[in-house]
Amino acid sequence: MTPRQRIAAFGVAIAGLVTCYLWAFAGLPGFGRYPGPYGPVILRNAVAQTNATGVVSAINFDYRGFDTVGEEFILFTAAAGMAVVLRLLRGEGERSPVDEAAGRRVPPTSGAVRMPALLLIGPTILIGWWLSSHAQTDPSGGFQGGVVLATAFILVYLSGEFIAFRRISPVDLLDAVEAIGAGGFAAIGVTAVALGFPYLYNFLPLGHTPGAVSSSGTIALISFFVGLEVGAAFILIVGELLEQTLIVRSR
Amino acid sequence: MTPVAAATPYPVPNALMATLQVTLLVLVAAGAFVVVRTRDRVRLVMTLSAYGVLLAVLFFAFQAPDVTLSELTVGAVALPIAALLAIAKVRKREE
Amino acid sequence: MGIFPFLVVAWVVAVGLYGIVTSRDLIHQIVCLIVVQSSTYVLLLGVGYVTGGVAPYFFDIPAHTRAVDPVVQALALTDVVVEAAVTALLLSFAVQAHKRFGTLDPHELAEFKG
Repeated sequence: MTPRQRIAAFGVAIAGLVTCYLWAFAGLPGFGRYPGPYGPVILRNAVAQTNATGVVSAINFDYRGFDTVGEEFILFTAAAGMAVVLRLLRGEGERSPVDEAAGRRVPPTSGAVRMPALLLIGPTILIGWWLSSHAQTDPSGGFQGGVVLATAFILVYLSGEFIAFRRISPVDLLDAVEAIGAGGFAAIGVTAVALGFPYLYNFLPLGHTPGAVSSSGTIALISFFVGLEVGAAFILIVGELLEQTLIVRSR
Repeated sequence: MTPVAAATPYPVPNALMATLQVTLLVLVAAGAFVVVRTRDRVRLVMTLSAYGVLLAVLFFAFQAPDVTLSELTVGAVALPIAALLAIAKVRKREE
Repeated sequence: MGIFPFLVVAWVVAVGLYGIVTSRDLIHQIVCLIVVQSSTYVLLLGVGYVTGGVAPYFFDIPAHTRAVDPVVQALALTDVVVEAAVTALLLSFAVQAHKRFGTLDPHELAEFKG
């Protein structure tokens, strides 16, 4: 098939797809006129039922917690899959990046990159930790907090060398932390079953003040575990790619 | 439930918010076209990062602050870093 | 304004698919896949928007203020983070394919059979 034929066939297909999309969208009630019963019902009852003022996190970790378990295990599997795909193939070896650069003139990292990266590591870790532990009060939660935590470790690589990054985040420790995060989430659900409730039921005491850090039962605990797991998964992902680029060489 | 006469909890009138949303939607449509038409790899990563920030601002105008946080950290930081590392690995072998 | 966000969603899907079909580079294809996925987030948030509604967080406003739909925000939130991990997995596939076949051109990669 020549490129012209390919684009012609694509044109026909995309015209059909866009027509179907627009036909479907014409049946919606219009932008801004959301009628559906599910949203207003949850908004009316969420603060009273779970003592969490962050309704989105209450949905993620309590009302629809089962979906979140599935999504988290997708993340876990993707990180494990990357470790398998980027394994050492036959005919490859690991060499330190210092030997590679011995014959070439390597420009050093500029000060304008190293200083801000160094200065931002502390605040980034603090912000990531705060985001993970405040899921029930503010627009925060385990997913965002975990990614911000992972960004702090990437800043370590930016402000120094790969060896510093690898020393701070050894792969064994990251594997253990990720397993604790994913397993902790599943274990909370199983504990609810052991106490006679359905899986992932909110069985811890709900607290007095809606929106306090220690309120809303299992939501805060689950969000903390999710933050650990997502952070470890992203550091593993970036670490794998860094290793491939900098260390793995074909013999 | 008429949109014009509804009392808003925040002091921005509905028409201003609608204008902001329409502007951001037009920018997102243009940004998607620019990302697709960029061919050079490193420029592609930079335009992808800018598109991620634009999407994050659009989600903010749609009253979704946590989706904004996620899209900012993922689309403007983590994904471009992963793409740049893959490009560097591929370029090293092509030399 | 009634249907404009959905028109933008259809446009972004069409543009992204056009990029995937006419691409000569695997990494460019992966980035166009990211663009197509971003259109679904806009669609989700556009369906749940309520005119004059605030973000569904009642930390400092009374608990029965009119707010936008929180369910679609919960869906979009986990979606964004998980998509990043899957895209990183796709990028690692591209790196290994380049090691094995020496090219990242999808037209040439399609000719290797068996």
